[in-house]
Amino acid sequence: MNQVQNFTKGFIKENPVFILLLGLCPTLGVTTSAINGLGMGLATTFVLVMSNIVVSLVRDFIPDKVRIPSFIVVIASFVTIVELTMQAYTPGLFDALGLFIPLIVVNCLVLGRAEAFASKNNLWSSFVDGAGMGLGFAFALALLGAVRELLGSGAIFGISLLKGDLMLVFVLAPGAFIALGYLVAILNKFKKA
Amino acid sequence: MDYLVIVIGSIFVSNIVLIQFLGICPFVGVSGKLSTSIGMGGAVLFVMTLATIVTWLMQYYVLNPFGLGFMQTIVFILVIASLVQMVEIILKKVSPSLYQALGVFLPLITTNCAVLGVAILTIQKEFNLMEGVVYAIANAIGFTLAIALFAGIREHLDLMEVPKGMRGVPIALVVAGILALAFFGFTGLV
Repeated sequence: MNQVQNFTKGFIKENPVFILLLGLCPTLGVTTSAINGLGMGLATTFVLVMSNIVVSLVRDFIPDKVRIPSFIVVIASFVTIVELTMQAYTPGLFDALGLFIPLIVVNCLVLGRAEAFASKNNLWSSFVDGAGMGLGFAFALALLGAVRELLGSGAIFGISLLKGDLMLVFVLAPGAFIALGYLVAILNKFKKA
Repeated sequence: MDYLVIVIGSIFVSNIVLIQFLGICPFVGVSGKLSTSIGMGGAVLFVMTLATIVTWLMQYYVLNPFGLGFMQTIVFILVIASLVQMVEIILKKVSPSLYQALGVFLPLITTNCAVLGVAILTIQKEFNLMEGVVYAIANAIGFTLAIALFAGIREHLDLMEVPKGMRGVPIALVVAGILALAFFGFTGLV
């Protein structure tokens, strides 16, 4: 597999949210608006890229038996960095994402890529894989956030587009499941074509 | 009275899965059959309660006195991961029958964000230890209730004629949405 394919697979073909169904908790929890989804996606991308790099670098020194706990420590360190940085520089977004920032550490996508990809591949491929998967995740969250924001409050990225009676349910909890269900169905159609 | 508010609030009003979106992975992953989903619920009840007690003690007797609050995420996930390992080893020795029932679910629980989520929320809400325990048990019951209801519906869903494009995950997510809508009816109860 060349690096271009390695990078682009995360967007549609192996999209972490729509196809692999990984990391659904933040996907549903924070996508009340496009900007929250994008922010969460980029925070996860940073953690994913950095942990992929570190895991790839240390993969020959870590004994097989303790590899999962070691990966978790690596991931948790980067999550703490993101947490403190966001608290300092983007307090609004930090409050909106709330509990889901520390929970990046248990996002199955991050650990999944460390275990399935970075622990077996070299530095450059792992970096590309992390960036592709992370941006695919961010793309999915921003898309879901945009759909919910448009249907629920008539705007995308805060720019008002629709007026009148809107379906408020889409910015509430039930709408997250319903919107994601239909998006998965649509994306499945694309994948086959 | 306070405990009652915590219990009702966690099980129905802000259900951990359907309203707070924690533990969605097992909610979608192991809800194919009613019996497995109840097994998962039992394992979560066990680990969540233990984890909340241990992380609470860590926070108030280790992290706070030494001013290490920023280490919360790392310490908590390590505590949970090692706790799950220990529970697995002890259970295997002490109660093989219980291990048979819960064994396959235990490794999955380390990455169940509901456990870490409840541990962090217990600290954020400034509960004392007893309130924390009640909160953890109530949330585990809420998790089991949601996952069991969902599994029951999915068992019936398998026999239904679903439009081709919606089969599998999409229809399951829409059903979960309708279930969440039903739980929204509890809003304002507490």
